[in-house]
Amino acid sequence: MFPSKFEYRRVASVDEAVSILSQEEDAKILAGGHSLIPLMKLRLASPELLVDITKIENMSYIREDDGEIAIGALTRHHALETSELLAREVPVLPAVAATVGDPAVRHCGTLGGTASHGDGASDLPAALLALDATFVAKGPKGERRIAAKDFFTGFLETALAPFEVLTEIRVPKGYRSYSFQKFNRRAQDWAIVGVVAVRNGTTNIGYVNMGVTPLRATAVEQQLASGASDDDAAAAAAAGLTPPSDINGSSEYRAHLAGVLVRRALSELG
Amino acid sequence: MRVEMKVNGVTRSAEVEDRTLLVHFIRDVLGLTGTNVGCDTSSCGACTVLVNGESVKSCTVLAAQVSGEEVTTIEGLAEPDGTLHPLQRAFQDNHALQCGYCTPGMVMASLSLINEHPNLDEKAVREGLEGNLCRCTGYHNIVKAVLAAQGEMGAKL
Repeated sequence: MFPSKFEYRRVASVDEAVSILSQEEDAKILAGGHSLIPLMKLRLASPELLVDITKIENMSYIREDDGEIAIGALTRHHALETSELLAREVPVLPAVAATVGDPAVRHCGTLGGTASHGDGASDLPAALLALDATFVAKGPKGERRIAAKDFFTGFLETALAPFEVLTEIRVPKGYRSYSFQKFNRRAQDWAIVGVVAVRNGTTNIGYVNMGVTPLRATAVEQQLASGASDDDAAAAAAAGLTPPSDINGSSEYRAHLAGVLVRRALSELG
Repeated sequence: MRVEMKVNGVTRSAEVEDRTLLVHFIRDVLGLTGTNVGCDTSSCGACTVLVNGESVKSCTVLAAQVSGEEVTTIEGLAEPDGTLHPLQRAFQDNHALQCGYCTPGMVMASLSLINEHPNLDEKAVREGLEGNLCRCTGYHNIVKAVLAAQGEMGAKL
């Protein structure tokens, strides 16, 4: 299999990418390519122009900045997985990154790429949502910041405009207690359901594959905040949600699984 | 477009379609057919090669993306006189290949794994090779071979 024809262009700066994206009708940003290229090989996507941003310098980093952890959009999963700074300050991210795909996939995939792709079945977007991350995007009029709760807007859609480039993801420090429950049946499979729970006083819970976008377990969080027991809170795991049905499980099964995994996650949190 | 990359230490350059996948560049343009296409969906790992020393699945990377980088394929491991790389020898010694189709990818993924992790145990090898499928299901001997090879591989590739 190979993609339909397109033009490949490599850019040296974010401004150059923004300028091309602003002028071209049917362009897509190419980072690690491990979501986009499979879609293009299956001809589910066929952009006319790919703008490769991976050679832009200084967009792969993990550092403390203004009381938060700033992560460059081109930071690869492998770098998240092995970061000592993250292991100390935001340990849920290395733990989640280490389960994405397999080592070869993690050598390519980037945090900015997986966030921009906005797949409800991906693990890292759910973690970023649970962490109340902030997304920094650059467009023709400059930079803006988007809160995680406003970022994932629909099926493979985000708040990013077609001419904007995601440049940085910022996550707060302090969520040292976490649990990641990824339920699948075979090595390297996607989660049938995943639960990312983080706690820093309050408890935030992100869901993988419980809807078309990454989601928060709002009902569970509210129960916990009002003093409910872990079991009672977990019973609300699927309240108000319509999880997808597919070959790996029905909507009812996912709703049940979410309750089980939330309970496990809550019992594991410190 | 013109792509140029160092493959197994030799600079190779060619005019290709922009959509050319790395695995097709390696196999069809350079004629290095040791790298296999298996699932063609970045699941099976038969197409694994090293880019700048790290394993990647060459069915899911464009040749254009790798232009200017260094690529190592299975053909780049043995010495020019045919002496096998310690990892290849370990695969042979431990009967770690049956039909052989997954072997090039297994060897390249293992090499990346050993280079990244100095002290692999059995569990780490199994997890590290989760992206490489052996449909003969000969995993036990593959794991044995990787553990045997890491002892002999003091120096990096």
